[in-house]
Amino acid sequence: MNNTNEQRSSRASLAIQASLKKRYARERRFQWYGRVAVIIGFTFLFVLLFDIISKGTPAFTQQYIRVTVNLDPAELGLEPGASREQMFAADYLSPIRSSLRAMFPDASSRKDKQSLYRLVSAGAEYNVRDQVLADPGLIGQTSEIWLRAHSEAGSYLKGQVGADTPEADRRVNDLQIAWLDRLRAEGRTESRFNTTFFTQGDSREPEMAGIKVALYGSFFTLLVTFVIAFPIGVAAAIYLEEFAPRNRITDLIEININNLAAVPSIVFGLLGLAVFINFFGLPRSAPLVGGIVLSLITLPTIIITSRAAIQAVSPSIRQAALGVGASKLQTVVHHVLPVAMPGILTGAIIGMAQALGETAPLLMIGMVAFIMDAPAGVSDAATVLPVQIFLWADSPERGFTEKTSAAIMVLMGFLIVMNALAIYLRRHFEQK
Amino acid sequence: MDRVERPEAGGATKRPLDIREHVEQADYQTIGAPFVTDPKMTARNVNVYYGDKQAITNVSLDVGRNEVIAMIGPSGCGKSTFLRTLNRMNDIIPICRVSGDITLDGEDIYGAEQDTVLLRARVGMVFQKPNPFPKSIYENVAYGPRIHGLAHNKAEMDEIVEDSLRRASLFNEVKDQLDKPGTGLSGGQQQRLCIARAIAVSPEVILMDEPCSALDPIATARIEELIDELRENYTIAIVTHSMQQAARVSQRTAYFHLGMLIEVGETKQVFTMPRHELTENYITGRFG
Repeated sequence: MNNTNEQRSSRASLAIQASLKKRYARERRFQWYGRVAVIIGFTFLFVLLFDIISKGTPAFTQQYIRVTVNLDPAELGLEPGASREQMFAADYLSPIRSSLRAMFPDASSRKDKQSLYRLVSAGAEYNVRDQVLADPGLIGQTSEIWLRAHSEAGSYLKGQVGADTPEADRRVNDLQIAWLDRLRAEGRTESRFNTTFFTQGDSREPEMAGIKVALYGSFFTLLVTFVIAFPIGVAAAIYLEEFAPRNRITDLIEININNLAAVPSIVFGLLGLAVFINFFGLPRSAPLVGGIVLSLITLPTIIITSRAAIQAVSPSIRQAALGVGASKLQTVVHHVLPVAMPGILTGAIIGMAQALGETAPLLMIGMVAFIMDAPAGVSDAATVLPVQIFLWADSPERGFTEKTSAAIMVLMGFLIVMNALAIYLRRHFEQK
Repeated sequence: MDRVERPEAGGATKRPLDIREHVEQADYQTIGAPFVTDPKMTARNVNVYYGDKQAITNVSLDVGRNEVIAMIGPSGCGKSTFLRTLNRMNDIIPICRVSGDITLDGEDIYGAEQDTVLLRARVGMVFQKPNPFPKSIYENVAYGPRIHGLAHNKAEMDEIVEDSLRRASLFNEVKDQLDKPGTGLSGGQQQRLCIARAIAVSPEVILMDEPCSALDPIATARIEELIDELRENYTIAIVTHSMQQAARVSQRTAYFHLGMLIEVGETKQVFTMPRHELTENYITGRFG
């Protein structure tokens, strides 16, 4: 009996030993699958980030060209003792053009002159105007003025386009390259931090375009979204979780909230167009409508995460509060909400981040407009960062390609800040 | 549970006993003395249902003034459920339904005009697991008096907090750390904090639902001493799994079985001369 038992045991242990190798091999294989999956994911992320950052970084610098401009009052069309209004309206383009011609007399044909004029930005005249307005003494003088380079000339100066590219494939021609090389050799070019990118609205000229309108628009839109979605979402979550009876109606509501979270966002855009703009007559392209539409999109997220956070609060705390005679509302406000707050805030910030990146519904309500002036309030026309990115990505100019990536970098920066805020708030409240 | 349903499995010589018979005959009469001359709380013909399931069947019991009454019985016997009917804690369970009459000082606590907030201020509760609020020790005790407006200024509140902590014999241990979180105390200290929190609102009755089940023997001993001291000023109903504890702290003991109140009597009598076979089986450790 004992003998057979021993035999059986040793047979079993042999079998186990035989299978061990296989089992460990399987485990090792599984670990490798995991590693490969992680590596693939990170590779994609890295390639994406590298692509965006490498494309976007040049947008943060702007090339300037120093031009000797003779501000001849006759050319400006100004008489001595002109008023500020007249100075404002003066023709600054002609002196710039004649100065350029004076610097490069070799541009003789009409076509060559056009190429020459395109070395500096179309916005260069405003550049000069602002300097003249700041110092009227410049009129009648010959002075060295730094002018913003045209985006194509700028991309050559930045080294994005080389002379080795066939002329047909680049938008700076050989003549322009020769001129730019000369300017560079003479120390007449300079690279500066591109403040325009943050202080200007959209423009047809890449070197004049900035994200200010989009930043303001995103800010106002998110403000409206937060002001609407957070209180309503949290209130709905509290009511559904703590006060509502459990019956068919609340079940139906719950299912619908969950379904709402899965509705394609463009549908909300159509709703916003039909209801808020066409029916209620709210202003088109405004952060107000955008914010309302986005709050509809984020509401389910906030409600679902808030309910989960409230549900996760230990029932013993509720019982303790009820046990000392707190009313239901006191129990919720004094004890449940403070404990659930980190979860609720995390949900709200995730919802806000989702809203920040939302594009499609805003296209429907006209936030895709070309807007140059920053909105002063929620009812002014504006655009938002992702829509601005969409608009720029659609433009053929090379200058907009880098702007697109740069705007994506700014958007991602905001998302990182918001997520960091979520983590910070969670830690902060959890410590209490 | 199996053994509970077949208590006869242990002793073949005695009359086979099947508690389910009693459940069917809902007019089972509790053995012993469920009623007292000067009751603080009375319960008459109380039935509690969780949905379709009946958890308490026809229980009638008095809780005497300034006495400690222990409720014992095997798991799932309904003793905690019954305790929770005394301050309507069962109200928070949506599927729970209570019938019968329960009074506090002669007032029907399930009456239409009864306010649960007021009731729970008068009938405090200490739970099985210490459940201090995730706030400071001071706030834990001050919370009840604050929401009920019992203190008119900071000095009065300080006095209430100190007095409550003293009565819960916790003050000396925590007097230097009143602003520290209550959740940072040891288990036994937390439970005494919960007792202090309960007595801070000056209740008349304190319900304790297995207050020592999560504590070590030393902490348990402190709580038991405390219960004995509190009896001077409060009426206490305690549910416990420990028969020794019931024997030590209570004057009367009620034995529950499968939702029915089997036997009630002086604690000494119940533990030395149980009159019902189920009680005897339980306290002699044949099941539980």
